[in-house]
Amino acid sequence: MQEELTTDQQIRRKTIKAFVAFGVASLVPLGIWKWINASAYQNNILAPLRKTLEFNEKLTAKLLSNSHLAPTFSRSEVDKKVRFNGAVGLQEKLAEKYKIKIESGEEKFEISPADLKALPKQEIVFEFKCIEGWSQIQHWGGVRLVDFMNHYKIGQKDADNLFQYVGMETPDGKYTVGIDMPSAVHPQTILAYEMNGKPLLKKHGSPLRLIIPVKYGYKNLKRIGVIKFSDERPKDYWASYGYDYFAGL
Amino acid sequence: MQKIIHKHPLAIRWFHWLNFPLLFIMIWSGLLIYWANGVYKIQIGETLLFKFFPKGFYDFLGLSGQLAKGMAWHFATMWLFTINGFLYVLYTIISGEWKLIFPEKKSFKEAWQVVLLDLGLSKSVPPQEKYNAAQRIAYTMVIIMGFGSILTGWAIFRPVQIAWLTTILGGYKAARIEHFILTIGFCLFFLVHIIQVIKAGWKNFQSMITGFETKK
Repeated sequence: MQEELTTDQQIRRKTIKAFVAFGVASLVPLGIWKWINASAYQNNILAPLRKTLEFNEKLTAKLLSNSHLAPTFSRSEVDKKVRFNGAVGLQEKLAEKYKIKIESGEEKFEISPADLKALPKQEIVFEFKCIEGWSQIQHWGGVRLVDFMNHYKIGQKDADNLFQYVGMETPDGKYTVGIDMPSAVHPQTILAYEMNGKPLLKKHGSPLRLIIPVKYGYKNLKRIGVIKFSDERPKDYWASYGYDYFAGL
Repeated sequence: MQKIIHKHPLAIRWFHWLNFPLLFIMIWSGLLIYWANGVYKIQIGETLLFKFFPKGFYDFLGLSGQLAKGMAWHFATMWLFTINGFLYVLYTIISGEWKLIFPEKKSFKEAWQVVLLDLGLSKSVPPQEKYNAAQRIAYTMVIIMGFGSILTGWAIFRPVQIAWLTTILGGYKAARIEHFILTIGFCLFFLVHIIQVIKAGWKNFQSMITGFETKK
């Protein structure tokens, strides 16, 4: 440590200067805090924070490839009791002749859940992660979303490009999710009709639900009623309550 | 005439004080997130010793029901916390300040003497340069903890994209616990730090603002 000889007056002056500078400098974080808290809300979260979430989305989507696979587990590791955490969109009675509406650009048609069972079946045992912070090893079975898209030749905007998003809704339109296309065509993303090797239970989203291991649980929409491909960001139930739209893991 | 003894370079003071609001926001927003699945507890056999945290704790501090807000703040402030920490480490390396912070061989022996002295159990004063042995260990530990918080944080932030990191840390659930324990560690560090600063007195405290101490 250096030493320096000086008078009491100089010391007092230096001390006051430092404290004033400290006081002024501490107004900066205080100002930033106030500015953020005074800014407008964007989908129920302060706009600067929403912007940062979108920045994180761009950065991590670019830095980290979507082709990375979620770790898988053996069936003996599956949690026995599958947690039930949300019933939004499941209130109506299930239609007897259940149909799923598909929209891809100009093309519109309906399919029944049984149609999907004709496609190759894909099973996965992975750690389902809820945004609340809990996780469970779960076993699901169904059809890869990308296989489904290829089979029906949908999701294609033109010869070379896919649409940017897939939107899904429950039949009553109350629960919605929007998924970016790279996550939708991820090899582990499936339209599931089975859980633990048995048909889906109602509370877990029968007859068909989305299982998307690269996203938090709230993107795994139960009881798919509509599947839409578009370049516009589809509605997303939890994003409208202030949560991250991307929700990638 | 008095002598001015230069103690803390300006950069160190900036990094130090910036950490105050940044770490505060990280811990506060972390609690908003943890609340949504606040399941950790310490128990021996069937006897519950402590639950993180009792309901009254959240109610008193107004931390309930704000998961989305907590996440948004956490994932914005993490960048500033990381950048500040990175620049601090870079500065200590380049300036050579690290030599005053990093524990020496004798530090581990001397640290006990500091602890005994501070607890009033011993009267022998161990040698002190800028920092004593216990400070060296504590300040180095807290840097390592910061690094650990960033690693465990990313392991639970992107457990698919950087699955290898999550796996090294023992899996998703383990990484979340590690992240939490590190946060408790920061809180304990803060508590001891404040007590020590109060004990060391005004001259020491103001040197973190002015950069110098005075001596007759």
